[in-house]
Amino acid sequence: MQPGLYHILFISTALFFIGVYGFFTRRNLITMLMSIELILNSVNLNFIAFNKYLWAHKLDGMFFTIFIIAIAAAEAAVAIAIIINLSRNFQSIDVEGTDEMKY
Amino acid sequence: MSGADIIFYMLAGLILGCGLLAVTTRHIFRAAIFLLFSLIGVAGMYFWMQYEFIAAVQIIVYVGGITVLIIFSIFLTQQTGEKLPEQKIGRQLFAGLAAFCGFALIMLQVARHHFVGTKNASTEPSIENIGNQMLGVEKGGYALPFEVVSILLLAALIGCIVIAVHNKIQKS
Repeated sequence: MQPGLYHILFISTALFFIGVYGFFTRRNLITMLMSIELILNSVNLNFIAFNKYLWAHKLDGMFFTIFIIAIAAAEAAVAIAIIINLSRNFQSIDVEGTDEMKY
Repeated sequence: MSGADIIFYMLAGLILGCGLLAVTTRHIFRAAIFLLFSLIGVAGMYFWMQYEFIAAVQIIVYVGGITVLIIFSIFLTQQTGEKLPEQKIGRQLFAGLAAFCGFALIMLQVARHHFVGTKNASTEPSIENIGNQMLGVEKGGYALPFEVVSILLLAALIGCIVIAVHNKIQKS
C-alpha cells in the first residue's frame, strides 16, 4: 500500500500519545521534558504532512513548523535552566520532591 | 512495494520504536539516546516528504541542539548509571489506557474523515520561496511573526542568564 497522508497521520498520532504516556508515567523532570519534545515533534510532522498532501500550493504549514521549532528550542533552554537550578536547591529533580510552593 | 515505501516503513519503525523505548527505559541516559534516534527518524521523514529545509533545521536544532542540552543536563543533575525508581504498576496501567483510548479515538475520527486536497499547482518548498515569504511584508508574509520569535528567543536567553546568576548571588 502506497504510504500517504493517513499513514503519516497514524505515525504522528502514535508519537503524540507515546509522549502523553511518558508525560503521565515519568516522575523525573528531564524525562518529562523529553516527552514534551516527542509531542512537539508529532505536531510538526502533522503540519508538514497536511501542507504536502492537502495545501501544496502554499507554504504556511512549513512556517508554522519553523516557528514551533524555534519556540521549542527556547522552551527547552528555559526548562533546563530551571531544572539545573532546582537540582542545586533541592538535590533532586523529582516532581514529587519539589513541593516548596505548594502550601 | 517500491524502495520509497520500504524506506517509509523503516522510518516509521525507527520513530515509533525509539520513541516508545525513550519513554519506557529506566536508564535516563539511554532514554536521551533513544530520543535522539527518534528525532533523527522524524528528520528522515521530512527528507522522505522532500522538505529538505525542514529536515536540515530539525537535525540542527533538535538533534544537534536540544538533545545535546538534555544530555548535558543529565550529566549535571543525575548520577548516571543509576536507574530511575520503579513506577507504580497502577499508574503505568492507567496512563497506558488513557493514551490508548485517546489514540483510538483520534484514529477513528481520522479514518472516517475524508480529506480533500487542493487542485492548485504546488509551490516548490525551495530556499528561495521560503526566504521570500518569511521576510515578506505583504499579505501572506511572515515578517511580523519572525520578529516576535526573535524577541522571544532574546527573552529566553536573558531569562536563562537571570535564573543562573541569581543562584550564585544567593550562595555567596
